[in-house]
Amino acid sequence: MPHRIEITLKDEVRDPRGERIKREIEHFLHLKVDEVRSIDVYTVDAELSGEELALAAAGPFSDPVIQHFSIDAPAAAGFDFLIEVGFRPGVTDNVGRTAAEALGYLLGRPLQAGEGVYTSVQYLISGALSQSDAERIATGLLCNTLIQRYQILDAAGFAKLGGVAPFVPKVQVEAKIEVNEVDLEVSDTELSRISRDGVLALTLDEMRIIQAHYRDPEVREKRRAMGLGAAPTDVELEALAQTWSEHCKHKIFSADVSYDDGEGNREEIRSLFKSYIQRTTADVRAALGERDYCLSVFKDNAGVIRFNDDWSLVFKVETHNSPSALDPYGGALTGIVGVNRDPFGTGMGAKLIFNTDVFCFADPFYDKELPKRLLHPRRIFEGVVEGVEHGGNKSGIPTVNGSIVFDDRFAGKPLVFCGTAGIMPAKILGAPSEEKRILPGDLIVMTGGRIGKDGIHGATFSSEELSESSPVSAVQIGDPITQKRMFDFLIRARDKGLYRFITDNGAGGLSSSIGEMSEECGGCRLDLSLAPLKYAGLAPWEILISEAQERMSLAVPPENVDAFMEMAKRFGVEATVLGTFTDSGVFHMLYGEKTVAYLPLSFMHAGLPPMQIPALWAQPVHPEPVIAAVADYTLDLTDLLSCLNICSKESVVRRYDHEVQGGSVVKPFTGVANDGPSDAAVIRPILDSFEAVVVGHGISPRYSDIDAYHMAANAVDEGLRNYVAVGGSLDLIAGLDNFCWCDPVLSERTPDGPYKMAQLVRANKALYDYCTAFSMPLISGKDSMKNDFYDGTTKISIPPTLLFSVIGKMEDARLAVTMDVKRPGDLVYLLGATADELGGSEYLAQKGFVGNNVPKVDAQAALAGYRAYHGALNAGLVASCHDLSDGGLAVAAAESAFAGGFGISLELDKVPFRGEASGKSDRALLFSESASRLLITVRPDKAKEFEAAMAGTLCCRLGEVTAKPLLAIAGLSGELVVRAELARLKEAWQAPLKDL
Amino acid sequence: MIKAKALVITGNGTNCEMEAAHACKLGGFDEARIAHLSELMSGEVSLDDYHFLNLTGGFLDGDDLGSAKAQANRLRYAAVEGSGERIVEQLLRFIEQGKLILGVCNGFQLLVKMGMLPALSGNYLQQTATLTSNVNGRFQDRWCYLKCDPASPSLYTRGIEGGVYLPIRHGEGKFLVDKPETLAAIEARHLACLKYSDREYLAPTMEFPENPNGSVNAIAGVCDQTGRIMGLMPHPEAFVHRTQHPRWTREELPEEGGGLAFFRNAAQYVKESF
Repeated sequence: MPHRIEITLKDEVRDPRGERIKREIEHFLHLKVDEVRSIDVYTVDAELSGEELALAAAGPFSDPVIQHFSIDAPAAAGFDFLIEVGFRPGVTDNVGRTAAEALGYLLGRPLQAGEGVYTSVQYLISGALSQSDAERIATGLLCNTLIQRYQILDAAGFAKLGGVAPFVPKVQVEAKIEVNEVDLEVSDTELSRISRDGVLALTLDEMRIIQAHYRDPEVREKRRAMGLGAAPTDVELEALAQTWSEHCKHKIFSADVSYDDGEGNREEIRSLFKSYIQRTTADVRAALGERDYCLSVFKDNAGVIRFNDDWSLVFKVETHNSPSALDPYGGALTGIVGVNRDPFGTGMGAKLIFNTDVFCFADPFYDKELPKRLLHPRRIFEGVVEGVEHGGNKSGIPTVNGSIVFDDRFAGKPLVFCGTAGIMPAKILGAPSEEKRILPGDLIVMTGGRIGKDGIHGATFSSEELSESSPVSAVQIGDPITQKRMFDFLIRARDKGLYRFITDNGAGGLSSSIGEMSEECGGCRLDLSLAPLKYAGLAPWEILISEAQERMSLAVPPENVDAFMEMAKRFGVEATVLGTFTDSGVFHMLYGEKTVAYLPLSFMHAGLPPMQIPALWAQPVHPEPVIAAVADYTLDLTDLLSCLNICSKESVVRRYDHEVQGGSVVKPFTGVANDGPSDAAVIRPILDSFEAVVVGHGISPRYSDIDAYHMAANAVDEGLRNYVAVGGSLDLIAGLDNFCWCDPVLSERTPDGPYKMAQLVRANKALYDYCTAFSMPLISGKDSMKNDFYDGTTKISIPPTLLFSVIGKMEDARLAVTMDVKRPGDLVYLLGATADELGGSEYLAQKGFVGNNVPKVDAQAALAGYRAYHGALNAGLVASCHDLSDGGLAVAAAESAFAGGFGISLELDKVPFRGEASGKSDRALLFSESASRLLITVRPDKAKEFEAAMAGTLCCRLGEVTAKPLLAIAGLSGELVVRAELARLKEAWQAPLKDL
Repeated sequence: MIKAKALVITGNGTNCEMEAAHACKLGGFDEARIAHLSELMSGEVSLDDYHFLNLTGGFLDGDDLGSAKAQANRLRYAAVEGSGERIVEQLLRFIEQGKLILGVCNGFQLLVKMGMLPALSGNYLQQTATLTSNVNGRFQDRWCYLKCDPASPSLYTRGIEGGVYLPIRHGEGKFLVDKPETLAAIEARHLACLKYSDREYLAPTMEFPENPNGSVNAIAGVCDQTGRIMGLMPHPEAFVHRTQHPRWTREELPEEGGGLAFFRNAAQYVKESF
């Protein structure tokens, strides 16, 4: 019989969780409640004596100083409504797992198969609420019904029932292990239905290609020999759907694109990926010649570059948008622990040194109607922030850089970018660490978590738009501790040379990891029945494509397998031999003795012809904004500082550990009160050296409303200038591109596909143009192409977004520069030209306009400026430097001033202006977002040297740092157009998200 | 002179082992070994061979049952392979031999929940205090001013004038005790060696964010009566060089960070005592 152990806080102890829920009920649901208290419930489903139960309750499950426990007796009292929230069957319950393990230590034996501990939380709410209010609190705040269940009792009902009855959310599946054949000798309509109903996300053309393969007499003959029928098994069809999914195959980036620039010029592009992204890197590397520092690009889970003679740097950025839309916490948590596995599974495996995160959300204060199934942006915000917090902090990886971008179109799908960098010895046991291989005969070993039904169809579901019927099984919750244990073990196994190849199990599960590994040696033979399961009853196809987390796949030479398994056992990590790599040319899956899939690798990986996608560009023309000039722009400036895209994100950032591992040099916040926004991060991954890694990023989706070419150009430039501002070197630098697009493929649902595809083409052209000009190789990236919501009536498409991440090196961390002004009397310089480029700016957005004059990047001028600045920085001539981006010069000056605690006085007529004089206005000079600009302060005694270092660039002195805490900007007429106390500016900047 | 040997235990979610070992080396230890708990449990590594035990920061078992609870349970019950000796017996022997234990953040939580701090009665296995959720319910990464009690027996804080500025990075740092007498005894015996304070280290504070978690009496660090066992929520190993300070680009700071004193003092004590 299951037992309930309830843990309550002693009366005099404050309950921060309850207090937070109370605040959220009031803020968010606008319901008044008097008090919320919470109780932790452990449902123990195991044969235990009363004494053992009491020992567990008193020991690991409760804290005697602040808590009471009660066993099989309800502890709740003094409430109006009780809401208990627990997980649904099969959902990862990390606390339950730890509790079960703790019981094992206490009993001196692990729990038996089928025994377990399940957790839930009781919220005791006091206040004048109705049943329907309680219902709203449960479904609108406490419980995500996709993964959780809840029970509501009022005081009377609770008394009548004598408490909440024990409930064991154990997965009960009919253990009917079947492999079914799927008849493809059917009509086209039927083929489409098979794909749609099975969440295969295969197009009719793709279904026909599969149909044709199975008609091939040679194929049929080989299948017969294996005991298989003519029709594909469900295992095979699922493996193909996963392998061919947009998520895994990047069909849009590999497509043949027919691009029409709208002016009658047509271009046939064979694969955007090859034509622009790969070519960028190839061209940059060729130009670098002997100075080339790329070690492994585009072929592994992450890109690898040289750091120094002894170490290599690894970096990858991923997105986890669709799962985060459904379950923000689990989706984001899985996003971060998932991307951790990429650098860990790159080369022979890298130690992880930092995370980055960039989120795109709708306004958390959004108060209009949302389509059903879409979660409120505030809930997404809360859940994602917490998911990344737990994923990063618990894994012991500092989160050093990121941003949050707001646009209401991200209500359709939030974007959750998670990046992780790692470092590995340049050589491991004498061989370059970025290389690995598999020999036929090597054993297939899976390590880490067990397989369940979680994450089934993740790869295919994220290859479709979000809708009301998106499958719940696609959602999963990560477990950073299981993964951390596995990494602790694997990094030691790596150094002992116990494995030959390692890769991550992410989207597509074993189907993807083993499928890709099989290409290395030419085949595999794997018995799915050997895979360790969370619970019985998974069909073979489910085992194959489950995306259950925290797993790595390895190739272990037979002679090492005993040592490998013994070491795994000691570290408490599950490792299982599933089969053998071969050179048969076949992806061969068995279940026991029986063959359940027999797919030629050539068909799996090369059987798909490229898609044909039309692209037609038409330059959008927005109404030219008409805004009257004013004499004082102080109010406009404070409004800008308070807008979501510019305001302080400190309440979020402080929730991320950005200093663990001890190498923090430039932190996310800096300045006299540790609250000014840094441009980029600097860390020292090797503690007895001052060589540092610098990481920054650029993102500017708003500019896509005018031209995605310039959106991409500005993202690249912003990433680079942030990186350069703190001290990153231009001689060892790499970029990562993450495209998040709305579906650009012409179809009935997407009649504007050709325009969206043209936007994609143009963004790629910009990426090539600017990265080659900046000599910045692309080393890795990812695309997510279906960021739309469609429920049959409402369609929400995100603005096309490129996140451009920049990673590189600085030789001496002690030369790093931060953005806060340092002392009164320092001189203020502006590097780079300002133009009348308010198009797509935050300023116009505030005024309700888009405009047309989007900022255009002059790569050669930018590069010359950055090079000169880097020289000045290395010579120790720079006191502070801040990049100009959203909100332009006025915002940058305000931020630098209040971060440093000293005023700035500037004159706008000294700002170097580019373009026709008619466009030169106070407004443009203050708020234009022209690219490639840096606001720099310099000590007066170094001014001459600084100016000499900057000779030949457009770098002008605008004013000085003042002791008086005031931002004073003189307009073109000489009169002050901005005059504001720093305290007021800082308050405006900090207020909006302070309490989130 | 003897070789001063420090041990840093890792595994099951410990995260700060690398910088803790680095700080031990910088502080003067001749050896700083990072050992996975499994190496202790297999008998490969024994506490008996070391002088200074570092229980450092992280999220043991994900803090799933409350911070460090599962590890406290594990150490209490788990035995060394072969010998059958429980880890906890090794620990008690370590203490008895006059050796040193420093618990930082998650390590402090572990010490408190095992009963090793403040251990007023001299019983190192009876829990009388705890560390629980910050008052604001959120994990926080921020730097704090810590006023140092010069009358404290802690050997780690010897020579620190006024106070020390260190980062805290935790969600469960609010120090509480089981009864008022415990707190009174902690204060009377000067065991609360570090308290959250104002920038000038003048007085302890209960104000957020200077006191980031709402600890009773603003307590940030506690030692036992011998002064050899100490735990603190702030991270001394995270400030051993000036570039780790949040304002190093604007303030004139010594090359060495304020947290290094803890490790120097430990090394010096070991070299003088063993």
